[in-house]
Amino acid sequence: MSDLNKLSIAEASKGLREKKFSSEDLTNACLGAIKERDKDINAFVTLSDELAIEKAKEVDKKLAVGDDLPILAGIPAGLKDIFNTKGVRTTCCSPILKDFVPPYDATVVEMLNDNGMVMLGKTNMDEFACGVSTEHSCFGVTKNPYDLERVAGGSSGGSAAALAADMCIYSMGTDTGGSIRQPASLCGVYGMKVTYGRVSRSGVSAMASSWDTIGPFAKTTEDISYILNAISGRDRRDSTTPDVAVPDYTKFLDQDVKGLRIGLPKEYFGEGVEKETAELVRDAVKKLEGAGAIVEEMELPLTKYAVAVYYVSTPAELSANLERFDGIRYGKRAVDDVDNLVDAYFDARGEGFGDEIKLRLMIGTYVLSAGYFDAYYKKAQRVRTLIIEEFNNVFEKYDVLIAPVSPFPAFKVGELVNDPLSMYMADVLTIPASVAGIPALACPVGKSANGLPIGLQVIAPQFEEGRCLKVGSVLEKL
Amino acid sequence: MLSEEQVRDIAKLARIKLTDEEVSKFSKQLTSVLGYVDILGEVDTENVKETSQVTGLANVMEKDEIKKSQSTREELLGCSELAVDSNQVRVMNAIK
Repeated sequence: MSDLNKLSIAEASKGLREKKFSSEDLTNACLGAIKERDKDINAFVTLSDELAIEKAKEVDKKLAVGDDLPILAGIPAGLKDIFNTKGVRTTCCSPILKDFVPPYDATVVEMLNDNGMVMLGKTNMDEFACGVSTEHSCFGVTKNPYDLERVAGGSSGGSAAALAADMCIYSMGTDTGGSIRQPASLCGVYGMKVTYGRVSRSGVSAMASSWDTIGPFAKTTEDISYILNAISGRDRRDSTTPDVAVPDYTKFLDQDVKGLRIGLPKEYFGEGVEKETAELVRDAVKKLEGAGAIVEEMELPLTKYAVAVYYVSTPAELSANLERFDGIRYGKRAVDDVDNLVDAYFDARGEGFGDEIKLRLMIGTYVLSAGYFDAYYKKAQRVRTLIIEEFNNVFEKYDVLIAPVSPFPAFKVGELVNDPLSMYMADVLTIPASVAGIPALACPVGKSANGLPIGLQVIAPQFEEGRCLKVGSVLEKL
Repeated sequence: MLSEEQVRDIAKLARIKLTDEEVSKFSKQLTSVLGYVDILGEVDTENVKETSQVTGLANVMEKDEIKKSQSTREELLGCSELAVDSNQVRVMNAIK
């Protein structure tokens, strides 16, 4: 059987059980695709091919004796290089961590391993998850499989591109302000940002601790539900994971949308959003309306302040989180030939961080400094409260909101890289849900005239990932 | 516009060594980002509480149970390239 790498989790899992092919075949198909395509795309920064084959053979043995295995067993995946993987280099695509081999697995990695994951390798990302294009990586840019002159999005660009190019069956990323949804949209795959706290962040390098979330990229909504089932829930090692029951996410698939109240926030279709993008999203919504959903245009007037809240709050949290990179535990090692300890810090951080990280660390340091703390940091936290309240209010009237993910399809490599502020605007439609810590599912809806994928997002209240899956799965089949 | 001196001060607080070229570049970029976020001033936030986290959780407690760590002592010490002495990583002198 050829093209095994193009299968979904559901299809691959079925094939494994029907003995049409082995996990080793499936893994080899993915590794073959990586060998063929990744020199052009640059989605993987570290391959764990030997471990992958070993793991696949283990699963094959269990399948051969008829063991009842989880649906993800034997399925090859790519993991963003921000998840700690025991014994496999984990760099956050930063020079300061370029040789770091973690001595333990992140909770999510443990959970996926318990589900029989075959890890193919680690995928490219913007350094410490700061960026929207995967251009800020010490391993070079990840190209968009649909057009190699364009970016794959970011920060989880490697995971999105690896999946879109069929180099894996699913992949994992992190989303702090859009880092799963935006690359998913630019690469034409599904990507889920979960509710803040739904999935443990233990063992995943922190960018902005009150914003970071972990989630999957997949080829179908059904696949997304399988991964969510495997990774969601309370973790004693992450005290920000509330004890909220984890439903069986597959139960939400294909539920009737008749009577479902969908809000279309007009701010997400306005200025700065390309006409073609807005139209494709509206067309998709019309189909849902045809299936019985009640669609209304509505307003979220504070939307335009979300990016500013984000670029005060997250650099502040980043600057605190990255204080640990001091050249003693990680990075260029401080040795006795510097005059004092502070010089060692300056050296290690000056050489170990890329430009975007330096910029954000300085923004964070500035907004947290004594004279500016109230004017910037506290102000942003107050506006954050108001944006959350605004979402809470509209969710009394609407079950879900639907909007474009990115205001435009994939842009060209190098087009925005020297203009951070313009780059930040690529996340203008994904940041608001992150402000409120609510879930949103990016779904492909079609392609632009020049063949680039365009996506929409289904946004739901806290812990209502199921609603996103319900709408996404119905839309998938319309 | 943030002056180059201000940028050097911020970099010093952030413990980052910058080249002159970087100082000039970051002065423009910082000015642009900090100028942009000033739009928050348009929002009336009088009597609005600050949000520092969105889970609603407070005082999360765990039973103090001994669990086996995934990492051995050797693996943890092996993360550092620095010399190991009596199960400790040897770092440079903090005071000379």
